[in-house]
Amino acid sequence: MVVRPMNDASQGSSSTPRRRSKQNFETWSWFFMRISGLVLFFLALIHFSLTHIFTDVTQTTVAFVAKRWSNPLWRVFDWLLLALGLLHGNNGLRFIMDDYIRTPRRRAFTKAAIYSLSFALFVLGTITIVTYKGTL
Amino acid sequence: MTVTDQSSPQIDSHEAEVKVHLKIKRYNPEVDTRPHWQEYDIMLKPGDRVLDALHAVKWKFDGTLSFRRSCAHGVCGSDALVINGENKLACVNLIRNIGTDLTIEPIRGLPVIKDLIVDMEPFFAQYRSVLPYLIANDDPGYKERLQSQSDREKYDDTTKCILCACCTTSCPVYWANDEYVGPAAIVNAHRFIFDSRDQATTERLDILNQKSGVWRCRTSFNCTEACPRGISVTKAIEEVKRAILYDRV
Repeated sequence: MVVRPMNDASQGSSSTPRRRSKQNFETWSWFFMRISGLVLFFLALIHFSLTHIFTDVTQTTVAFVAKRWSNPLWRVFDWLLLALGLLHGNNGLRFIMDDYIRTPRRRAFTKAAIYSLSFALFVLGTITIVTYKGTL
Repeated sequence: MTVTDQSSPQIDSHEAEVKVHLKIKRYNPEVDTRPHWQEYDIMLKPGDRVLDALHAVKWKFDGTLSFRRSCAHGVCGSDALVINGENKLACVNLIRNIGTDLTIEPIRGLPVIKDLIVDMEPFFAQYRSVLPYLIANDDPGYKERLQSQSDREKYDDTTKCILCACCTTSCPVYWANDEYVGPAAIVNAHRFIFDSRDQATTERLDILNQKSGVWRCRTSFNCTEACPRGISVTKAIEEVKRAILYDRV
Protein backbone atom coordinates (compact mmCIF):
# COMPACT_ATOMS: atom_id res chain seq x y z
CA MET A 1 0.00 0.00 0.00
CA VAL A 2 1.36 3.38 -0.97
CA VAL A 3 0.09 6.37 0.96
CA ARG A 4 1.22 9.75 -0.27
CA PRO A 5 2.80 11.81 2.49
CA MET A 6 0.71 14.79 3.51
CA ASN A 7 3.15 17.63 2.92
CA ASP A 8 0.41 20.11 2.14
CA ALA A 9 -2.05 20.98 4.90
CA SER A 10 -4.83 21.67 2.40
CA GLN A 11 -4.77 18.04 1.27
CA GLY A 12 -5.62 16.76 4.71
CA SER A 13 -9.38 16.96 4.40
CA SER A 14 -11.14 13.82 3.17
CA SER A 15 -14.18 15.91 2.24
CA THR A 16 -12.39 17.45 -0.77
CA PRO A 17 -14.89 17.07 -3.63
CA ARG A 18 -13.67 14.66 -6.30
CA ARG A 19 -13.16 16.26 -9.70
CA ARG A 20 -15.61 14.72 -12.14
CA SER A 21 -14.22 12.65 -14.94
CA LYS A 22 -14.89 14.26 -18.31
CA GLN A 23 -16.25 12.35 -21.26
CA ASN A 24 -14.48 13.32 -24.45
CA PHE A 25 -14.76 12.69 -28.20
CA GLU A 26 -13.46 9.12 -27.82
CA THR A 27 -16.12 8.33 -25.19
CA TRP A 28 -18.96 9.50 -27.40
CA SER A 29 -17.45 7.94 -30.49
CA TRP A 30 -17.57 4.55 -28.72
CA PHE A 31 -21.12 5.20 -27.53
CA PHE A 32 -22.16 6.26 -31.05
CA MET A 33 -20.78 2.98 -32.45
CA ARG A 34 -22.90 0.99 -30.00
CA ILE A 35 -26.13 2.87 -30.71
CA SER A 36 -25.66 3.28 -34.48
CA GLY A 37 -24.67 -0.40 -34.77
CA LEU A 38 -27.93 -1.39 -33.12
CA VAL A 39 -30.03 0.97 -35.26
CA LEU A 40 -28.21 -0.07 -38.45
CA PHE A 41 -28.90 -3.73 -37.70
CA PHE A 42 -32.65 -3.11 -37.98
CA LEU A 43 -32.40 -0.56 -40.82
CA ALA A 44 -30.26 -2.89 -42.95
CA LEU A 45 -32.43 -5.91 -42.15
CA ILE A 46 -35.62 -4.08 -43.17
CA HIS A 47 -33.95 -2.68 -46.30
CA PHE A 48 -32.64 -6.10 -47.29
CA SER A 49 -35.95 -7.91 -46.74
CA LEU A 50 -37.88 -5.24 -48.72
CA THR A 51 -35.57 -5.23 -51.72
CA HIS A 52 -34.58 -8.90 -51.82
CA ILE A 53 -37.16 -11.05 -50.01
CA PHE A 54 -40.61 -9.39 -50.13
CA THR A 55 -39.86 -8.01 -53.58
CA ASP A 56 -37.89 -10.16 -55.95
CA VAL A 57 -34.61 -8.47 -56.77
CA THR A 58 -35.53 -8.46 -60.49
CA GLN A 59 -38.58 -6.36 -59.60
CA THR A 60 -36.53 -3.81 -57.63
CA THR A 61 -36.73 -1.24 -60.42
CA VAL A 62 -36.99 2.53 -60.80
CA ALA A 63 -40.77 2.14 -60.57
CA PHE A 64 -40.40 0.25 -57.30
CA VAL A 65 -38.17 2.99 -55.86
CA ALA A 66 -40.52 5.73 -57.13
CA LYS A 67 -43.50 4.08 -55.48
CA ARG A 68 -41.66 3.62 -52.19
CA TRP A 69 -40.20 7.14 -52.16
CA SER A 70 -43.63 8.71 -52.77
CA ASN A 71 -43.86 8.36 -49.00
CA PRO A 72 -41.35 10.83 -47.49
CA LEU A 73 -40.89 8.55 -44.46
CA TRP A 74 -39.17 5.97 -46.68
CA ARG A 75 -36.86 8.75 -47.90
CA VAL A 76 -35.98 9.52 -44.27
CA PHE A 77 -35.46 5.78 -43.66
CA ASP A 78 -33.07 5.46 -46.61
CA TRP A 79 -31.25 8.69 -45.73
CA LEU A 80 -30.74 7.39 -42.16
CA LEU A 81 -29.34 4.14 -43.57
CA LEU A 82 -26.97 6.14 -45.77
CA ALA A 83 -25.85 8.60 -43.08
CA LEU A 84 -25.48 6.11 -40.22
CA GLY A 85 -23.83 3.54 -42.48
CA LEU A 86 -21.22 6.05 -43.64
CA LEU A 87 -20.61 7.51 -40.17
CA HIS A 88 -20.41 4.09 -38.49
CA GLY A 89 -18.18 2.73 -41.24
CA ASN A 90 -15.90 5.76 -41.22
CA ASN A 91 -15.49 5.70 -37.46
CA GLY A 92 -14.59 2.01 -37.66
CA LEU A 93 -12.09 2.77 -40.43
CA ARG A 94 -10.65 5.61 -38.33
CA PHE A 95 -9.81 3.07 -35.61
CA ILE A 96 -8.32 0.62 -38.10
CA MET A 97 -6.26 3.36 -39.77
CA ASP A 98 -4.96 4.58 -36.37
CA ASP A 99 -3.93 1.02 -35.50
CA TYR A 100 -2.41 -0.20 -38.73
CA ILE A 101 -1.00 2.86 -40.51
CA ARG A 102 1.96 3.76 -38.37
CA THR A 103 3.63 6.61 -40.29
CA PRO A 104 1.85 9.94 -39.56
CA ARG A 105 2.14 11.13 -43.16
CA ARG A 106 0.67 8.01 -44.73
CA ARG A 107 -2.04 7.97 -42.06
CA ALA A 108 -3.04 11.57 -42.77
CA PHE A 109 -3.11 10.88 -46.52
CA THR A 110 -5.23 7.71 -46.16
CA LYS A 111 -7.64 9.40 -43.74
CA ALA A 112 -8.04 12.39 -46.08
CA ALA A 113 -8.78 10.07 -49.02
CA ILE A 114 -11.28 7.90 -47.10
CA TYR A 115 -13.10 10.84 -45.52
CA SER A 116 -13.31 12.74 -48.83
CA LEU A 117 -14.69 9.71 -50.64
CA SER A 118 -17.25 9.12 -47.88
CA PHE A 119 -18.28 12.76 -47.90
CA ALA A 120 -18.73 12.65 -51.69
CA LEU A 121 -20.88 9.52 -51.35
CA PHE A 122 -22.92 11.20 -48.62
CA VAL A 123 -23.55 14.32 -50.73
CA LEU A 124 -24.39 12.27 -53.83
CA GLY A 125 -26.77 10.02 -51.86
CA THR A 126 -28.44 12.96 -50.11
CA ILE A 127 -28.98 14.82 -53.40
CA THR A 128 -30.48 11.68 -54.94
CA ILE A 129 -32.86 11.09 -52.03
CA VAL A 130 -33.97 14.73 -51.77
CA THR A 131 -34.32 15.55 -55.48
CA TYR A 132 -35.64 12.22 -56.82
CA LYS A 133 -38.76 12.84 -58.92
CA GLY A 134 -39.72 9.29 -59.85
CA THR A 135 -38.27 9.22 -63.35
CA LEU A 136 -34.85 8.59 -64.75
CA MET B 1 20.36 -26.10 3.15
CA THR B 2 19.06 -28.97 1.08
CA VAL B 3 17.65 -28.04 -2.27
CA THR B 4 15.07 -30.45 -3.55
CA ASP B 5 14.48 -30.54 -7.29
CA GLN B 6 10.75 -30.26 -7.71
CA SER B 7 10.78 -29.07 -11.29
CA SER B 8 9.24 -32.30 -12.59
CA PRO B 9 5.92 -32.95 -10.85
CA GLN B 10 5.18 -36.58 -11.62
CA ILE B 11 1.60 -37.66 -11.21
CA ASP B 12 2.43 -41.30 -11.92
CA SER B 13 6.12 -42.16 -11.64
CA HIS B 14 5.56 -45.37 -13.64
CA GLU B 15 4.15 -43.53 -16.63
CA ALA B 16 5.89 -44.49 -19.85
CA GLU B 17 7.85 -41.78 -21.59
CA VAL B 18 6.60 -40.47 -24.92
CA LYS B 19 8.42 -38.86 -27.80
CA VAL B 20 7.83 -35.13 -27.88
CA HIS B 21 8.58 -33.14 -31.01
CA LEU B 22 9.51 -29.53 -30.32
CA LYS B 23 9.67 -26.73 -32.87
CA ILE B 24 11.14 -23.62 -31.29
CA LYS B 25 11.56 -20.17 -32.80
CA ARG B 26 15.20 -19.21 -32.25
CA TYR B 27 16.85 -15.83 -32.60
CA ASN B 28 20.34 -14.80 -31.63
CA PRO B 29 20.77 -11.07 -32.32
CA GLU B 30 24.59 -11.46 -32.56
CA VAL B 31 24.41 -13.99 -35.40
CA ASP B 32 20.93 -14.05 -36.95
CA THR B 33 19.36 -11.42 -39.14
CA ARG B 34 15.91 -12.94 -38.64
CA PRO B 35 14.37 -15.62 -36.41
CA HIS B 36 14.43 -19.25 -37.57
CA TRP B 37 12.85 -22.53 -36.46
CA GLN B 38 14.81 -25.30 -34.80
CA GLU B 39 13.40 -28.76 -34.09
CA TYR B 40 14.15 -31.24 -31.31
CA ASP B 41 12.91 -34.71 -30.40
CA ILE B 42 12.97 -35.56 -26.71
CA MET B 43 11.50 -38.19 -24.38
CA LEU B 44 9.16 -36.93 -21.64
CA LYS B 45 6.41 -38.29 -19.43
CA PRO B 46 2.85 -37.15 -20.23
CA GLY B 47 2.70 -35.59 -16.76
CA ASP B 48 5.69 -33.33 -17.52
CA ARG B 49 5.12 -29.68 -18.28
CA VAL B 50 6.03 -27.69 -21.37
CA LEU B 51 8.66 -26.01 -19.18
CA ASP B 52 10.22 -29.44 -18.56
CA ALA B 53 10.48 -29.87 -22.32
CA LEU B 54 12.37 -26.57 -22.57
CA HIS B 55 14.58 -27.61 -19.64
CA ALA B 56 15.30 -30.94 -21.34
CA VAL B 57 16.39 -29.17 -24.52
CA LYS B 58 18.52 -26.61 -22.68
CA TRP B 59 20.14 -29.05 -20.25
CA LYS B 60 20.67 -32.04 -22.55
CA PHE B 61 20.81 -30.81 -26.16
CA ASP B 62 21.44 -27.11 -26.60
CA GLY B 63 22.63 -24.91 -23.76
CA THR B 64 22.25 -21.77 -25.87
CA LEU B 65 18.43 -21.92 -25.81
CA SER B 66 17.24 -18.90 -23.81
CA PHE B 67 13.92 -18.54 -22.06
CA ARG B 68 12.62 -16.90 -18.87
CA ARG B 69 11.28 -18.78 -15.91
CA SER B 70 11.40 -18.15 -12.22
CA CYS B 71 9.00 -19.82 -9.80
CA ALA B 72 7.96 -22.48 -12.33
CA HIS B 73 4.59 -22.90 -10.59
CA GLY B 74 2.31 -20.41 -12.32
CA VAL B 75 2.75 -17.64 -9.78
CA CYS B 76 5.48 -15.33 -11.05
CA GLY B 77 4.30 -15.08 -14.65
CA SER B 78 7.79 -15.20 -16.22
CA ASP B 79 7.31 -17.97 -18.76
CA ALA B 80 4.44 -16.76 -20.92
CA LEU B 81 4.98 -18.16 -24.42
CA VAL B 82 3.02 -18.81 -27.57
CA ILE B 83 2.50 -22.57 -27.32
CA ASN B 84 0.83 -24.12 -30.37
CA GLY B 85 -0.50 -20.71 -31.34
CA GLU B 86 -1.99 -19.78 -27.99
CA ASN B 87 -0.56 -17.67 -25.17
CA LYS B 88 0.08 -19.92 -22.19
CA LEU B 89 2.42 -20.32 -19.23
CA ALA B 90 4.93 -23.09 -19.95
CA CYS B 91 4.96 -24.12 -16.27
CA VAL B 92 1.27 -24.97 -15.82
CA ASN B 93 0.53 -26.83 -19.05
CA LEU B 94 1.22 -30.56 -19.21
CA ILE B 95 2.34 -32.52 -22.27
CA ARG B 96 -0.73 -34.71 -21.63
CA ASN B 97 -3.05 -31.76 -22.28
CA ILE B 98 -1.10 -29.88 -24.94
CA GLY B 99 0.03 -32.86 -27.05
CA THR B 100 3.36 -34.25 -28.17
CA ASP B 101 3.81 -31.84 -31.08
CA LEU B 102 4.83 -28.49 -29.65
CA THR B 103 5.42 -25.25 -31.51
CA ILE B 104 6.88 -22.64 -29.21
CA GLU B 105 7.39 -18.95 -30.01
CA PRO B 106 8.04 -15.81 -27.96
CA ILE B 107 4.93 -13.77 -27.07
CA ARG B 108 3.95 -11.32 -29.81
CA GLY B 109 3.92 -7.54 -29.87
CA LEU B 110 7.08 -7.04 -27.79
CA PRO B 111 10.66 -6.87 -29.15
CA VAL B 112 12.54 -10.18 -28.96
CA ILE B 113 15.86 -9.99 -27.10
CA LYS B 114 16.97 -13.59 -27.68
CA ASP B 115 15.12 -16.83 -28.53
CA LEU B 116 12.00 -16.87 -26.30
CA ILE B 117 12.93 -13.81 -24.21
CA VAL B 118 11.15 -10.56 -25.03
CA ASP B 119 11.76 -7.03 -23.77
CA MET B 120 8.98 -6.52 -21.19
CA GLU B 121 9.78 -2.83 -20.61
CA PRO B 122 7.08 -1.41 -22.96
CA PHE B 123 4.57 -3.64 -21.16
CA PHE B 124 5.66 -2.49 -17.70
CA ALA B 125 5.77 1.17 -18.82
CA GLN B 126 2.12 0.85 -19.84
CA TYR B 127 1.37 -0.86 -16.52
CA ARG B 128 3.00 2.01 -14.59
CA SER B 129 1.09 4.61 -16.63
CA VAL B 130 -2.25 3.69 -14.96
CA LEU B 131 -0.98 4.38 -11.40
CA PRO B 132 -1.27 0.75 -10.23
CA TYR B 133 -1.06 1.45 -6.48
CA LEU B 134 -3.40 2.64 -3.75
CA ILE B 135 -3.66 6.41 -3.60
CA ALA B 136 -5.32 7.75 -0.46
CA ASN B 137 -4.37 11.21 0.72
CA ASP B 138 -6.46 11.41 3.87
CA ASP B 139 -5.09 10.35 7.24
CA PRO B 140 -7.09 7.40 8.59
CA GLY B 141 -5.57 7.99 12.03
CA TYR B 142 -4.69 4.91 14.04
CA LYS B 143 -7.24 2.83 12.14
CA GLU B 144 -7.23 0.51 9.20
CA ARG B 145 -9.01 1.46 5.99
CA LEU B 146 -12.02 -0.78 6.40
CA GLN B 147 -14.00 -2.18 3.50
CA SER B 148 -17.20 -4.19 3.28
CA GLN B 149 -17.20 -7.65 1.73
CA SER B 150 -19.38 -6.47 -1.15
CA ASP B 151 -16.98 -3.57 -1.87
CA ARG B 152 -14.06 -6.02 -1.86
CA GLU B 153 -15.97 -8.30 -4.21
CA LYS B 154 -16.14 -5.61 -6.94
CA TYR B 155 -12.46 -5.92 -7.85
CA ASP B 156 -11.74 -9.42 -6.58
CA ASP B 157 -11.25 -10.85 -10.08
CA THR B 158 -8.66 -8.26 -11.09
CA THR B 159 -6.48 -8.81 -7.98
CA LYS B 160 -5.45 -12.17 -9.48
CA CYS B 161 -3.22 -10.67 -12.20
CA ILE B 162 0.39 -11.91 -12.20
CA LEU B 163 1.59 -9.56 -14.99
CA CYS B 164 2.62 -12.41 -17.28
CA ALA B 165 1.52 -10.39 -20.35
CA CYS B 166 -0.43 -13.34 -21.81
CA CYS B 167 -3.48 -11.07 -22.29
CA THR B 168 -1.74 -7.99 -23.67
CA THR B 169 0.37 -9.95 -26.16
CA SER B 170 -2.66 -11.91 -27.39
CA CYS B 171 -4.49 -8.69 -28.29
CA PRO B 172 -4.61 -8.02 -32.06
CA VAL B 173 -4.88 -4.28 -31.42
CA TYR B 174 -1.71 -4.39 -29.30
CA TRP B 175 0.19 -6.28 -32.01
CA ALA B 176 -0.52 -3.48 -34.46
CA ASN B 177 -0.57 -0.45 -32.20
CA ASP B 178 2.02 -0.21 -29.43
CA GLU B 179 0.41 2.98 -28.10
CA TYR B 180 -2.55 0.98 -26.72
CA VAL B 181 -2.09 0.50 -22.95
CA GLY B 182 -3.25 -3.09 -23.33
CA PRO B 183 -5.54 -5.38 -21.33
CA ALA B 184 -3.11 -6.01 -18.43
CA ALA B 185 -2.74 -2.29 -17.65
CA ILE B 186 -6.54 -1.87 -17.73
CA VAL B 187 -7.03 -4.89 -15.45
CA ASN B 188 -4.61 -3.39 -12.95
CA ALA B 189 -6.29 0.01 -13.20
CA HIS B 190 -9.65 -1.73 -12.62
CA ARG B 191 -8.25 -3.25 -9.43
CA PHE B 192 -7.86 0.27 -7.96
CA ILE B 193 -10.67 2.12 -9.77
CA PHE B 194 -13.23 -0.15 -8.09
CA ASP B 195 -11.45 -0.17 -4.71
CA SER B 196 -13.60 1.87 -2.30
CA ARG B 197 -10.48 2.91 -0.32
CA ASP B 198 -8.76 4.48 -3.32
CA GLN B 199 -9.10 8.19 -4.07
CA ALA B 200 -7.53 8.48 -7.53
CA THR B 201 -10.36 6.96 -9.54
CA THR B 202 -10.83 10.12 -11.62
CA GLU B 203 -7.14 10.33 -12.53
CA ARG B 204 -7.12 6.70 -13.69
CA LEU B 205 -10.35 7.11 -15.65
CA ASP B 206 -8.89 10.22 -17.32
CA ILE B 207 -5.78 8.22 -18.31
CA LEU B 208 -7.88 5.40 -19.76
CA ASN B 209 -10.31 7.80 -21.47
CA GLN B 210 -7.68 8.60 -24.11
CA LYS B 211 -7.25 7.39 -27.65
CA SER B 212 -4.67 4.89 -26.36
CA GLY B 213 -6.89 3.78 -23.47
CA VAL B 214 -9.94 1.53 -23.15
CA TRP B 215 -11.54 2.72 -26.41
CA ARG B 216 -8.97 0.86 -28.48
CA CYS B 217 -10.44 -2.42 -27.17
CA ARG B 218 -12.58 -4.08 -29.82
CA THR B 219 -13.71 -6.97 -27.60
CA SER B 220 -12.04 -9.77 -29.53
CA PHE B 221 -11.90 -11.72 -26.23
CA ASN B 222 -8.36 -13.06 -26.97
CA CYS B 223 -7.25 -11.68 -23.59
CA THR B 224 -9.96 -13.50 -21.64
CA GLU B 225 -9.07 -16.79 -23.36
CA ALA B 226 -5.34 -16.29 -22.80
CA CYS B 227 -5.40 -15.36 -19.09
CA PRO B 228 -3.81 -18.23 -17.11
CA ARG B 229 -5.50 -16.95 -13.95
CA GLY B 230 -8.98 -17.07 -15.46
CA ILE B 231 -9.60 -13.32 -15.09
CA SER B 232 -12.58 -12.06 -17.12
CA VAL B 233 -10.35 -9.46 -18.77
CA THR B 234 -12.83 -8.23 -21.40
CA LYS B 235 -15.49 -7.83 -18.71
CA ALA B 236 -13.11 -5.72 -16.61
CA ILE B 237 -12.37 -3.52 -19.65
CA GLU B 238 -16.10 -3.09 -20.32
CA GLU B 239 -16.66 -2.13 -16.66
CA VAL B 240 -14.04 0.60 -16.99
CA LYS B 241 -15.67 1.82 -20.24
CA ARG B 242 -19.03 2.05 -18.49
CA ALA B 243 -17.47 3.81 -15.48
CA ILE B 244 -16.17 6.49 -17.88
CA LEU B 245 -19.39 6.73 -19.88
CA TYR B 246 -21.73 6.93 -16.88
CA ASP B 247 -19.23 8.84 -14.73
CA ARG B 248 -19.93 6.33 -12.03
CA VAL B 249 -17.92 3.57 -10.37
